[in-house]
Amino acid sequence: MTEARITQAEAAAPAAAERLARRRRLVAVLQIAVLVVVLGAWELCSRTGIVDPFFFGMPSEVVQQIRTWIAEGTSLGPLWVQVLVTLEETLLGFAIGALLGVLFGVALGRNQLLADVFGIYIKIANSIPRVVLGSIFVIALGLGMPSKVALGVVMVFFVVFGNAFQGVREADRNLIANARILGASPRQVTWSVIMPSALGWILASLHVSFGFALVGAVVGEFLGARQGIGLLIATAQGAFNANGVFAAMFILAVVALAAESLITLVENRLLKWRPNQGPETGF
Amino acid sequence: MARGEPSIELRRATRSFITPTGAMLTAIHDVDLTVAAGEFCAIVGPTGCGKSTTLSLISGLAPPTAGEVYVLGKPVTGVDPRVGFVFQSDALFPWRNVLDNVAAGPIFRGRPREEALARAADWIRRVGLSRFERHHPHQLSGGMRKRVALAQTMINEPAILLMDEPFSALDVQTRILMQDELLQLWSTAKASVVFVTHDLEEAIALADRVVVMTAGPATVKSSYPIDLPRPRVTSEIRFEPRFVELSRLIWNDLREEVLVSYRRAAGVAA
Repeated sequence: MTEARITQAEAAAPAAAERLARRRRLVAVLQIAVLVVVLGAWELCSRTGIVDPFFFGMPSEVVQQIRTWIAEGTSLGPLWVQVLVTLEETLLGFAIGALLGVLFGVALGRNQLLADVFGIYIKIANSIPRVVLGSIFVIALGLGMPSKVALGVVMVFFVVFGNAFQGVREADRNLIANARILGASPRQVTWSVIMPSALGWILASLHVSFGFALVGAVVGEFLGARQGIGLLIATAQGAFNANGVFAAMFILAVVALAAESLITLVENRLLKWRPNQGPETGF
Repeated sequence: MARGEPSIELRRATRSFITPTGAMLTAIHDVDLTVAAGEFCAIVGPTGCGKSTTLSLISGLAPPTAGEVYVLGKPVTGVDPRVGFVFQSDALFPWRNVLDNVAAGPIFRGRPREEALARAADWIRRVGLSRFERHHPHQLSGGMRKRVALAQTMINEPAILLMDEPFSALDVQTRILMQDELLQLWSTAKASVVFVTHDLEEAIALADRVVVMTAGPATVKSSYPIDLPRPRVTSEIRFEPRFVELSRLIWNDLREEVLVSYRRAAGVAA
C-alpha cells in the first residue's frame, strides 16, 4: 500500500515536468503563430489594396528597407553609426539621470528638512510635460549630442528620483533600529540598511526609465540633429517613406529589448537574496 | 561597577505621542523601575499597554517626555553601545547571509572584518547553526532566525539585554527550546535582562522578577520576586507546585488589567 504510494509519487514527478515542458512548447508555438498571423494579415491587406501600402507600409518592404540600410547605408551615413549615436545619447542620459535621481532621492528621503523644502518644487517640475524642454535644449545646447542627453536626463531623473525617495521612506523601521542598536552610525545606516532596502525600488524604476532615456534621445533628434535614429525617422517622414519609419521603429525596439534584458540580468544578480524571484520582479 | 548598583533605573518616566489625528496619547506614565546588575527582569501587561515603549526608553531609541532614565549609572542620551536589543519581529538584514548578519555589530563598531567574521562564526556555532552560515534569512525557519538574532545581539557582549516579546511569533515547542537556549546564553554572559512578554508563564519560567504593568497609560503596578531555583529547565519547571502558585498569584493581579484593556478595546469597537 505505502510502497504503491511512493512509486506513484515518484512517477508523478517526471510526468509533471513533462506537462510543464509541453505547456512551454505550446506557448512558444502560439506566440509565433500570433506573429505570423498579424504580419501575414498586414502583408496581405497591403498587397490586395485593402490598406494603402503608401501610407501604412508592408512587412516585406520594411525588411527590404532594413536590408538596404545595412548594405548601402542610410541617407545620413552607415546605419550602425546612427544606432551608435542614438545609443550613446540614451546611455549617457540614462546614466546621468539615474545617478542624479538616486542621489537626490536618498538625500531627500533621509533628510526631512530637504524633503519639505524641495518636495514641492520637484512635484511642480514633475507635472510639466518634460518633452517640451527638448526645444529649449536644442536652442541652448545646439544640434549635437548634449541637447539629447539633457532631455534624456530630465526624462529619467524624475522616475528614478520618485522611486529612490519612496524606497528610502519604505525602509523597515525595525531594521534601522536594529542597525542603530548594533552600533551603526547614520552613514552606516544609509549604506547598509537604506540603500539595500531601496535597491529593489530603484532597479524597478530603471526598467521604465531606460525607455524614457530612449524617448528623450529620439525626440531630441527629431527636434533637431545631424545624426541618429530619430533623425532617420524624421527624414523618412519627410519623404513619405512609411516603410522607413517602421524600419527605424523596429531597430529601436531591438535596442530597447536588449537593454531591458541586460537590466533584468543585473537586477537578478543584485537581488539574489530575495525569496520570490517570480515574474513580478522580472518585469 | 559596584555590586548592587542598579544597571537600569527609570524615575517617573513618561512618554507621550501626538497621534496623526492630533490627539495626545500617553503610552507610559510615571514608570519607576530598577533592574539590578545581572538581574533577569520580565515585564508583563495587557497587549498594547506600553511595554515596548519602556524598552525603547532604556535603549535610547526614544527619549522620555518627562522623568529620567539611567543606564549603568548615566542618563540615557542616545543609543548606548553596551545595550543589546532583540526585536519582536524579524530585524535580520534580509540581503545578508547568516554570517554577515551576525558579524554586522562588530563591523559597524569598526572591528577588522576578519576578526568580526571569526567571532561571528563562533557565535553561530554556539546557537547551533554552523551548517547555515551561508544561508539567507528567508531560507531559515522562524526559530532559526531567532537564533541568528540572538547571536547577532550577543556578539556585542551587551551589559544590558532588552528583549521585546522575542519568541511570540514562534510555535510553542520552538518557543520552549528557545527559552532554554536564552537561559543558557544568559548564564554565561550575565547581562541584566529586561524581557517584555504577554505570556505570564514565560515570564515566570525565565525571570528573577516579574513586573506587572497596568492597562495604558501604563505604569508599574506590582513586582514579584521569583524564587524558583536555577538552573531551570523551562519545559519542566511549569509542573512544579511553586510555579503554579506564583502563576495564580500574579495572574490574579494581571487579570484585572487585561480586563480593563479588553473592555476598552471592545468599547472602542462598539
